[in-house]
Amino acid sequence: MCGIVGLFLKDKALEPKLGAMLSEMLISLSDRGPDSAGIAIYGAPTGNEAKITVQSAKPERDFRGLDTELAKAIGVPVSVAVKSTHAVVRTKPDKIDEAREAIQALRPDIRIMGAGDVVEIYKEVGLPEAVVERFDVRHMTGTHGIGHTRMATESAVTTMGAHPFSTGADQCLVHNGSLSNHNNVRRELVREGMTFETENDTEVAAAYLSSQMAHGKNLGEALEGTLSDLDGFFTFVVGTKNGFGVVRDPIACKPAVMAETDQYVAFGSEYRALTKLPGIDNARVWEPEPATVYFWEH
Amino acid sequence: MPATKLSKTAARDNASQVFDLDAMSLRELNQALHKLTPGSNETAWEVLNPKGSHSVAVGVDQPVTIDVRGSVGYYCGGMNDGAAITVHGSAGPGVGENMMSGSITIKGDASQYAGATGRGGLLVIEGNASSRCGISMKGIDIVVRGNIGHMSAFMAQSGNLVVLGDAGDALGDSIYEARLFVRGKVDSLGADCIAKEMRAEHLELLQGLLDRAGVTGVKPAEFKRYGSARTLYNFNIDNADAY
Repeated sequence: MCGIVGLFLKDKALEPKLGAMLSEMLISLSDRGPDSAGIAIYGAPTGNEAKITVQSAKPERDFRGLDTELAKAIGVPVSVAVKSTHAVVRTKPDKIDEAREAIQALRPDIRIMGAGDVVEIYKEVGLPEAVVERFDVRHMTGTHGIGHTRMATESAVTTMGAHPFSTGADQCLVHNGSLSNHNNVRRELVREGMTFETENDTEVAAAYLSSQMAHGKNLGEALEGTLSDLDGFFTFVVGTKNGFGVVRDPIACKPAVMAETDQYVAFGSEYRALTKLPGIDNARVWEPEPATVYFWEH
Repeated sequence: MPATKLSKTAARDNASQVFDLDAMSLRELNQALHKLTPGSNETAWEVLNPKGSHSVAVGVDQPVTIDVRGSVGYYCGGMNDGAAITVHGSAGPGVGENMMSGSITIKGDASQYAGATGRGGLLVIEGNASSRCGISMKGIDIVVRGNIGHMSAFMAQSGNLVVLGDAGDALGDSIYEARLFVRGKVDSLGADCIAKEMRAEHLELLQGLLDRAGVTGVKPAEFKRYGSARTLYNFNIDNADAY
């Protein structure tokens, strides 16, 4: 199964409530996947800093002193905001790749969840309610976000096997389904120079999209490519720095419902996920068509 | 007429069977419906705040009316045997799955495999139905005012599927003896499904189905009929190499 949600705000007045709205959407789908849960939130760009979300199984040990050591290693100021097992490292945008390498060198046990100008990614083993509480997602503000609650089929139940998967700056993806040609596609992407953290099929889909966009395609064109290049069952919800997209495979047996009002575009595996959104009773609600790309950009 | 007045009053008196799913559990609702016995006076039921709940009013086996005020999730009205269920909203996957008799009306859209394996009764979808509508239907009648998605009536065995709009790809793949009537375009027909002549008996049958579904202003002659070419019924020795 798995449950996935996405919310793309059009009305700036809702931005302070993004975390709360997305959290309720995900919690309502808890019984679609009890193994792990995750959320990616796209906050407001600040222009002069970028972020890396990192995770550690031993946060007290790994996050202590990380800010000063990292600042020394890359030669510019760094801040580290710890949230439970995760931390958001902020530094200058042009130092982000250097910071990433330095983190891995300074703290080999830290795992990188994602990086970019605006995205923060939080994911852990456990139910959505617990994950949302642990990272205080309800108080997060932002422009758009995606979430996932997992019933594992293709790889182990671990933090790194949880969604969203991020394989490019400010890009991430959640998936309901299972891919059958992920090993082949992974091999091709590795040949291109991409690296993978897990054996998970969804990470391959995320990396595929990152690769397509790195070759100059926009989100819509990259999603179009999944229809011919990925084999299996999928409903994908994807976030980019300023965009939000949805695509379902041609068989479309994984459920999907969307709603749109003047204030937002919302996605849920089921209608249950959408019932608490403002104005839902008068929203345009529809089931996305199979093999059809939907995307919105700010 | 006094008799009508009386029954209307009685129905109103008994219409107090209101279940608010914000205040009560789905299990309480379904257990109350399952406890109904023949001749029960509790003939009218109303369900409030379904909010996408799964399995609303499944397995009802008495001829009561159930009005669901809002949209439902998976399997609403599954196995229905005699109730008249109306969803004043949209329905998730598998609405009316394996219905035996009675009727289900969806005022909005229905998700995938509406009416799957249904054996009897009438399923009316006033909006669109998505993929696999009427998959493996076995006697149910389905009337869709809008469009239906791909792989509808896959392996449909008997019963009637009426579509006022268009049908998606692979309509009626591997169909047995169900009858398919489509008023709009069909993206493609599935294996062994062909267009068939609309004879007087079919026009009459279709008119009856439209009447039962409350459809007016649409003529049976506007539809095309599709059904089985019956070439997959028996093994063809010429295909032996394919196995």
